[in-house]
Amino acid sequence: MNLHEYQSKQLFKQYGLPVSDGIACDTADEAVAAAEKIGGDRWVVKAQVHAGGRGKAGGVKLVDNADEIRAFSEQWIGKNMVTYQTDENGQPVSKIYVETCTDIENELYLGAVIDRASRRVVFMASTEGGVEIEKVAEETPEKILRAVINPAVGAQPFQGRELAYALGLNKTQVKQFTAIFMNLSKLFHEQDCALMEINPLVITTDGDIHCLDAKIGIDGNALYRQPKLAAMNDPSQEDEREAQAAKFNLNYVALDGNIGCMVNGAGLAMGTMDLVKTHGGNPANFLDVGGGATKEAVTEAFKIILSDDAVQAVLINIFGGIVSCAIIAEGIIAAVRDVGVEVPVVVRFEGNNSKAGAEMLTESGLNLIAATSLTDAAQQAVKAAGGNS
Amino acid sequence: MSVLIDKNTKVICQGFTGSQGTLHSEQAIAYGTKLMGGVTPGKGGGTHLDLPIFDTVEQAVKETGATASVIYVPAAFCKDSILEAADNGIELIVCITEGIPTLDMLDVKAILDGTDIRLIGPNCPGVITPGECKIGIMPGEIHLPGKVGVVSRSGTLTYEAVKQTTDRGYGQSTCVGIGGDPIPGSHFIDILSLFQDDPATEAIVMVGEIGGTAEEEAADFIKANVTKPVVSYIAGVTAPAGKRMGHAGAIIAGGKGTAKEKFAALEAAGVRTVNSLADIGDALSEVTGWA
Repeated sequence: MNLHEYQSKQLFKQYGLPVSDGIACDTADEAVAAAEKIGGDRWVVKAQVHAGGRGKAGGVKLVDNADEIRAFSEQWIGKNMVTYQTDENGQPVSKIYVETCTDIENELYLGAVIDRASRRVVFMASTEGGVEIEKVAEETPEKILRAVINPAVGAQPFQGRELAYALGLNKTQVKQFTAIFMNLSKLFHEQDCALMEINPLVITTDGDIHCLDAKIGIDGNALYRQPKLAAMNDPSQEDEREAQAAKFNLNYVALDGNIGCMVNGAGLAMGTMDLVKTHGGNPANFLDVGGGATKEAVTEAFKIILSDDAVQAVLINIFGGIVSCAIIAEGIIAAVRDVGVEVPVVVRFEGNNSKAGAEMLTESGLNLIAATSLTDAAQQAVKAAGGNS
Repeated sequence: MSVLIDKNTKVICQGFTGSQGTLHSEQAIAYGTKLMGGVTPGKGGGTHLDLPIFDTVEQAVKETGATASVIYVPAAFCKDSILEAADNGIELIVCITEGIPTLDMLDVKAILDGTDIRLIGPNCPGVITPGECKIGIMPGEIHLPGKVGVVSRSGTLTYEAVKQTTDRGYGQSTCVGIGGDPIPGSHFIDILSLFQDDPATEAIVMVGEIGGTAEEEAADFIKANVTKPVVSYIAGVTAPAGKRMGHAGAIIAGGKGTAKEKFAALEAAGVRTVNSLADIGDALSEVTGWA
């Protein structure tokens, strides 16, 4: 789960990290009032979306009067922002963050991730701040400095000092950087982060280190013990159908094809999508109904798949392990009756109670195409969706 | 022969009396697994499924001599349960539960690294040596005792691979689901190494998916150490970048971990790869010469 910049900065503040004074606003009036409250004569206004690349998309602006704040707010609130990290529709903007202006001398980068290869939290720092860090990592990997955190003892100050000196900071800045490093590590662990990024971490014209941006991703598996963070979730930043699916413990990811897929198990769901593609079709989605699929979940899965107008056929691929194909069959029959499915539905059952499930489908008298094998299922679905696309 | 478990493996179940623990313990017993009892704190001294319940793993190990444990406790308690098993001489810990916080797994791995304790999972179907011992949630009836070692990051994809080897009569030596999490207890190379050394395993099927670099590491390992034929399928050729495909570990991040890269690494290591998961059986026949 990702946080907005303003939410990340609230957390930063709690952990004593240097961030600008700022207020998140829902309307242009609020934004103008916020600037007045913060004081000064220059501010930064930032549209809040879960995506990087906002600056290039015009979503960050330096302003010095109320008219500009109003114009910027009206330009963005209720609109979608498209950046290099979003899809072509972009992400909706509902909040503008108004901040004091920071005079920048130099831009650095500081981030932390859970590194799968070393099985550790790894901090990364670079003198190349303010740009796409992926590019830096690709083109000049020697410019990315690393500190690996030992879970037994957590981050140590010497690691912060090593990074700071390698970044070429002066004596005062080394102290500031080390404090930031230690506090960030504390935040990362206490708040169950999956990733964290400050890009840029700046040196101000006064020579102080300051967190100009803040990006935090939380481990979705840990939300049960982070209720405050869970409450910060902004569903408007997710695909509507994906959010709806999550409510029913379904994993759904929208894609741009025309064959709706309903599968049990994440790996098999991906495998089924690949199979559709191999046979010349295009999957409309990834959907894992999970190991403990119920009749209700199957009905909901159908509704979500069919809410995508592009879907011209549905492929159901179930390998019954824990889940019985008979239960899935019941769900399919109920859903086809309730929802009124008008597109062809191809079903392949295997494993637990597959024969009983297939018989139930046949006896239902509904327009369902029973597939004899995995390959047959994919071919039938591609054919039903109008052939190779 | 087999790897990790056989007909003599004594198993206990942590989370024995819960719904998942009960359902899958019943099936394990029916399959012939030597399930010795289970652990549910507060219910020690009682019985469940005609087997003893213990309050602690310590007592369970002392009373039953179990060397393996299967964990069905909810995600919030898994770190505690894994460490309890590890602290009491359990050699093989199989954690089925999905949804364990990643930072919990970093702690667990830090403690298990450098020990001989093997953790399989979490978020996995478990381990089965067909006809001998079933630890986990896989349907026993699709398996057949035989000569193919199967290792996979996905549950249902493992079943597909298993079915194809059963339908052709090859059967399986042991099937290991290492799980779909970003920080698994065991990696492909751990299991590949066991299969390479196991006389009963004549060929290996490795089923990977997008995300991380475990398949690339496996490719390097195979090139240097594995002489048995390996067939591999990687799920997620069509998966878009940046989206978590169900499994927490299945995400293409920063352009890395794509199926294409993994296929290329495996092919360079001499592995026979298949683009369609329906072709695993055919490919096995090809590389082994089996009918």
